[in-house]
Amino acid sequence: MIDYIRNNQTIIWQALGQHVYLSLLPVLLGTVVAVPVGYLAVRRPALYQPIVNLGGVIYSIPSLALFLIIPVVLGTGVLSPLNIIVALAVYTFALLTRTVADALTDVQGETTQAADALGFRRLRRLVGVEIPMALPVMLAGVRVATVSNISLVSVGAFLGVGGLGALFTRGLQLGFIEPIIVGIVLSVLLAAVCDIGIVLLQRRLTPWSRVGAG
Amino acid sequence: MLVTPMLNYFGYLFDGGNWSFAQGSIPHLLLQHVEYTLITLLIAAVIALPVGLLIGHTNRGALLAINIGNAGRALPTFGLLSLMVTLVGIGTLPVLVALVVLAVPPILTSTYAGIRAVDSAAVDAAVGMGMRPLQVLTRAEVPMALPLIMSGLRSALLQVCATATVAAYVGFGGLGRLLIDGLSTNHYDEVFAGAVLVALLAIVLDLLSAAVQRSIVSPGVRERRGRRHRGSSDAPMSDAPTSDAAMSETSEQTETRQQQVSTASTSR
Amino acid sequence: MITFDAVTKAFPGGNVAVDDLSVELPTGQITVFVGPSGCGKTTSLRMINRMIDPTSGTIAIDGEDVSHQDAALLRRKIGYVIQHAGLFPHRTVVDNIATVPLLNGVNKKQARENALELLGRVGLDESMATRYPAQLSGGQQQRVGVARALAADPPVMLMDEPFSAVDPIVRDGLQKEFLRLQAEFGKTIAFVTHDIDEAIKLGDRVAIFRVGGHLAQVGTPQELLDDPADEFVADFVGRDRGFRGLSFITAEGLDVEPVKTWVDGRDGVRLVLDDDGKPQGWSVNDSTDLRPLPGTFAPSDSMRLVTDLAISSPSGVAVRVDGEGIADGAVPHAAVAEHLVAVRRDAEGDRAPR
Repeated sequence: MIDYIRNNQTIIWQALGQHVYLSLLPVLLGTVVAVPVGYLAVRRPALYQPIVNLGGVIYSIPSLALFLIIPVVLGTGVLSPLNIIVALAVYTFALLTRTVADALTDVQGETTQAADALGFRRLRRLVGVEIPMALPVMLAGVRVATVSNISLVSVGAFLGVGGLGALFTRGLQLGFIEPIIVGIVLSVLLAAVCDIGIVLLQRRLTPWSRVGAG
Repeated sequence: MLVTPMLNYFGYLFDGGNWSFAQGSIPHLLLQHVEYTLITLLIAAVIALPVGLLIGHTNRGALLAINIGNAGRALPTFGLLSLMVTLVGIGTLPVLVALVVLAVPPILTSTYAGIRAVDSAAVDAAVGMGMRPLQVLTRAEVPMALPLIMSGLRSALLQVCATATVAAYVGFGGLGRLLIDGLSTNHYDEVFAGAVLVALLAIVLDLLSAAVQRSIVSPGVRERRGRRHRGSSDAPMSDAPTSDAAMSETSEQTETRQQQVSTASTSR
Repeated sequence: MITFDAVTKAFPGGNVAVDDLSVELPTGQITVFVGPSGCGKTTSLRMINRMIDPTSGTIAIDGEDVSHQDAALLRRKIGYVIQHAGLFPHRTVVDNIATVPLLNGVNKKQARENALELLGRVGLDESMATRYPAQLSGGQQQRVGVARALAADPPVMLMDEPFSAVDPIVRDGLQKEFLRLQAEFGKTIAFVTHDIDEAIKLGDRVAIFRVGGHLAQVGTPQELLDDPADEFVADFVGRDRGFRGLSFITAEGLDVEPVKTWVDGRDGVRLVLDDDGKPQGWSVNDSTDLRPLPGTFAPSDSMRLVTDLAISSPSGVAVRVDGEGIADGAVPHAAVAEHLVAVRRDAEGDRAPR
């Protein structure tokens, strides 16, 4: 095993690097779109159900299928990394929109009414009160989306753009188990690191949730 | 998009020859896909439900139940498939094992979370009224935990359906065949057909499972959303009673919400 | 009758929740366990239906040791009402009520019919039967909880702070309903509360517990008010014991002056009656503006009410009425006070020497 790693360092690093940006960039994109749409679903309750249902439908589509439908819709080549990024961003969006909508709904109440009474305008209230309070739940969703994406990127190997998935195809084609093990371990480690990273970020961003009675 | 290329993509779908029931035809592959999905779900449920119920009821091994969900989500599906096939060889068994391994975590975690989230006053009342432990479980705890348990089962269903697609790469049957074979022969209409059919299958399975959920979960336990009562929602991402959950750190409702988010989604 | 005989409950870790408790809960009466947090009242209650088992000592219902009986079957013969009702959210109201009869094998139709009847008994409308608990208010849920406990017609009922989670107005209504039901059913009830006023209001007998699981005193509410065993009990029962004790003395023996005396007028005040003889108000210093009466009393009312009426009346006089509301007597405050002193002296005289 050690020999394998030493001899194939470049390939492994390349795969890992590609994996990182293919999984994390969509999280960012998906989140950025999910927040306003989720907020919209809160402000216009009539839209909540359609938006959530749409998200649900999208989220149920298997990854490989989505990776292959997107090029048709976008008109890009099937083997382009853009497919992966867009597809995963769409997944992230589908998952997070509902999370954001639910989280923002939950924080409505005395605090937001107090904010209104103090004279906060809508945007200020959203950014200064509602989002901070909704952060724990929203970040829980981001964690799920991130870890899911990291696992899904490997499937892109079929299109030649799979990050660590390339190690899996190599292993299958050559009949070696080492690349597969390395790929799985790195994938899981990456997921763990990102997960912990988001938890730390959450602790940083919400210091008030750690202190309390007892 | 130009019209002509669009027609090219649909070629395979609209070719009548592909719709017979011969080996390798669409209906055959579809049936295969559904068959394996349901068998896997059944096996995974038989393993995960009792364990989840037990851990939830006794609260021993809680750490396992909580973390196995996260671990399962972090496992690369394709990686696991490749591992099994390389170890055992090409065939149905390694794929089934991988599928079951991937389906167990969401069911286990959701079942555990569902039982923990059950109103403890209702359980106390059940015991106090003279129900025996098994009766308490079946007549009180499970019905109340049903929304979360169902969401776990539905997540697992979609997980298996998606991974079965990918499994075509290692010789498995099912609709993934269209995708893989089409990719290797550059028949993009075949690929497109496969992608569309798999997507549709997944959506239909999800809708069916939502209908099942609606029919077996008591109306009294459906989710109530905060201040604005939106009634129950049937998306696969969550469907849970709003009672408090078992973990530390933040406020009750936030924990419940976080639990809902994390127990209900798996990677596809 | 429920009997506690030297019952002790010590939890692993050293916490003694109940310490050598011996007390009798008479059949057909409400015995209230009351005391501050940590006094062992709930633990004691839960040992009756074996939700908790004692470390030592025995608990018996009608002479039979509960530890010798199958726990589940024992519990089906005991009604159990807890603070937040603990209704099953997944069952309708009527199915919730029918839970124990169904467990016992009663056929569904019969059980539901009986449940509907009970629903009416606890003061809820039949239309509630098919609703789910989540659709009910807190007070309504509690009523369903009580109905559920009554469903199998158990001779014994255990109630753990059943009315604590609702607001005071709802609580008052529930307490009144509860007393009415008990008058109808006559069950042996063990009732836990932290509220001494509730204990005095509802209990035929009250057992006051001290932190650490010791029984400080047990007796009728009157006895506790008149004769607290020690400072803790006196403090717990609260000041104005004397005034509260007036609730237990009726106005039966109270002598009243004729109404005519006050209709004619005295000391600058005059009672004004309508044509039927019902009191309308007081005229002070011959003013035509009538000051209203704070209320009236009947011989069955408590001296506490009479005293309050006398104090808050513009004339210092309480007016008695008969069944139709016609004034048939009046008594000034001074006479009320003299009467109470006389009653007190009699009570002291009756008391057996210690």
